[in-house]
Amino acid sequence: MSSHSEHIFFRCTRPITMTFFQCAQVFILFKKKCIHYNSPSPSNSLAVMTVVIGFEGSANKIGVGIVRDGEVLSNPRRTYITPPGQGFLPSETARHHRSVILTVLKEALEEAGLKPADVDCVAYTKGPGMGAPLVTVALVARTVAQLWGKPLLGVNHCIGHIEMGRLITQANNPTVLYVSGGNTQVIAYSERRYRIFGETIDIAVGNCLDRFARVIKISNDPSPGYNIEQMAKKGTQYVELPYTVKGMDVSFSGILSYIEVRSGKMLKCNQCTAEDLCFSLQETLFSMLVEITERAMAHCSSQEVLIVGGVGCNLRLQEMMGVMCKERGAKLFATDESFCIDNGAMIAQAGWEMFRSGQTTELSDSWITQRYRTDEVEVTWRD
Amino acid sequence: MFDVTWLALSPIFLQISTDGMNLINYDPRQFYAETEGGSSFKYVIVPTGRKIQRFVNMAVEGNSVALPQFLKKIELIKQGAEARVYRGSFLGKPTIVKERFPKLYRHPLLDEKLTHRRTVQEVRSILRCRKAGISAPVVYFVDYTSHCIFLEDIVGSITVRDHIASTPLSSAQKIPEERLDQLAKKMGQILAKMHDEDVVHGDLTTSNMLLKAGTESGETELVLIDFGLSYISALPEDKGVDMYVLEKAFLSTHPNTEALFEKLLKAYAASSKKSHAVIKKLDEVRLRGRKRSMVG
Repeated sequence: MSSHSEHIFFRCTRPITMTFFQCAQVFILFKKKCIHYNSPSPSNSLAVMTVVIGFEGSANKIGVGIVRDGEVLSNPRRTYITPPGQGFLPSETARHHRSVILTVLKEALEEAGLKPADVDCVAYTKGPGMGAPLVTVALVARTVAQLWGKPLLGVNHCIGHIEMGRLITQANNPTVLYVSGGNTQVIAYSERRYRIFGETIDIAVGNCLDRFARVIKISNDPSPGYNIEQMAKKGTQYVELPYTVKGMDVSFSGILSYIEVRSGKMLKCNQCTAEDLCFSLQETLFSMLVEITERAMAHCSSQEVLIVGGVGCNLRLQEMMGVMCKERGAKLFATDESFCIDNGAMIAQAGWEMFRSGQTTELSDSWITQRYRTDEVEVTWRD
Repeated sequence: MFDVTWLALSPIFLQISTDGMNLINYDPRQFYAETEGGSSFKYVIVPTGRKIQRFVNMAVEGNSVALPQFLKKIELIKQGAEARVYRGSFLGKPTIVKERFPKLYRHPLLDEKLTHRRTVQEVRSILRCRKAGISAPVVYFVDYTSHCIFLEDIVGSITVRDHIASTPLSSAQKIPEERLDQLAKKMGQILAKMHDEDVVHGDLTTSNMLLKAGTESGETELVLIDFGLSYISALPEDKGVDMYVLEKAFLSTHPNTEALFEKLLKAYAASSKKSHAVIKKLDEVRLRGRKRSMVG
């Protein structure tokens, strides 16, 4: 720990142009802070409230959130929205994040009514996600951590979703269905790891929905999945689509290529409307998801389901999962869009858990990675 | 022709008493003979939604209330992810009835298509395995209206999952280790036989394998069940994915059993003639995981 504090002290000194007196002041100030970190005793941490700030920007949402002991103090977010028919590219997304992140950070601090000195730890998304946006956000997090003299924590994005879901819904030990544009996994906690029981073997369900939205050229504002959901409510005819469940896993690339190829012809010949296609696609995709969740529940004998991730906002998915849970006598937990969609507070919450159990990330280890599996993280805060 | 076949069958259905005991007098062969042998399979293949609706309506109109009533009288032992499993007596033999009940969360057309397809595939795969000499339960009867399969009840058996969970894996005691080694070897051998038959199980987990206590002490027989996601394929790719599904289910349900799974694979490689390609594919599939660092 002492080497850690020296590390921070060295990085945080101001340029040599300061006078000797100023240097001494800064030295004393940081030394005091470092002594605090040198000996974090359990009694200390219980008396002092832990405030963690989280930076999230692994996809097209950039969010900064502040959490204090299980209370979300602020959670502003901005979304990079592309024109209809286009997806978001890493470089453009990173450019968008760079242009707004400092504004969002300021907003977060103001809304929470805190100063940088009040923050105890800076958490950021270590991965998985898109490379360029992740680097942008990590850079800001590292800089802020060094400027403020706070420890850094690299958090797994998927763990962030799970921990936020657990916090908001107070679920005990649920089977988690994590569905978003970048990930589709069925997770259950077992022996210090969030183990993946079933997942997609190719693309994520949100990715499938987004790419279909591009094919039928609907608006990406506020999100393509939301617009597909609204259109699906008006659909009436069920169109048969491929259904692919492989054991505990699912596959979406087949249904995507089928609908990409056939939808043009079907719409032109007026066999069905775009609303019917949205409806059928949603029914098929969500049936597959509910089926693999049900399998995992049966395998683990679990009586609770928690849906997290951007696609978890979809009310039809929640409805279908609710019906399945009712049939099994299980309970369904879901959150609203402010916590389902990528946000900074979820990274802060996961960071809070990790920090309280004694984890930090050294500056030399504060890299990002696009490949970071949920079961690679050792869950030290649960037994 | 569709309607006439159905009307010809209705007297047989009405003869079934709601009292489960009378089913002893019910001979399924008569049922099939009445419908010219294989045509009972033919009339259930309904291509369009309208025919399904008509078929379902006729079933509901009292022609096959016997089966649901029979199910109410016998003991429900488990509600799995896909089906309800009952234990009862059929033709004087202990029977497991697997009922694929309709899932309310699915669209009705999708649900009907899926449950029918899964029922048919399951029965076909079980029969194919049995013909090759692989231990699988005997199929006594299939009802396509309510998607029920009447299977042989393997009395006195536990799932491999429960068996492994109850066996302590401590290295201090040698005997449990040996027992599990034997189990792993048996599993490898039976899977090799199944894949040599080009049957891909599709849902290999330790909950889908039963250990039957044999007549001689210590001799246990491994029985495969739950062929709902199975299909016929000769591709090493599909067999490799099958083994990968088993590996993932194995390691996530029973942590720290990597060595056991290695022994299973060794036994598989030793017993199967086409195993080399499958093991190679399995190694490839392992590296495929999403967000997994593909280095090394």
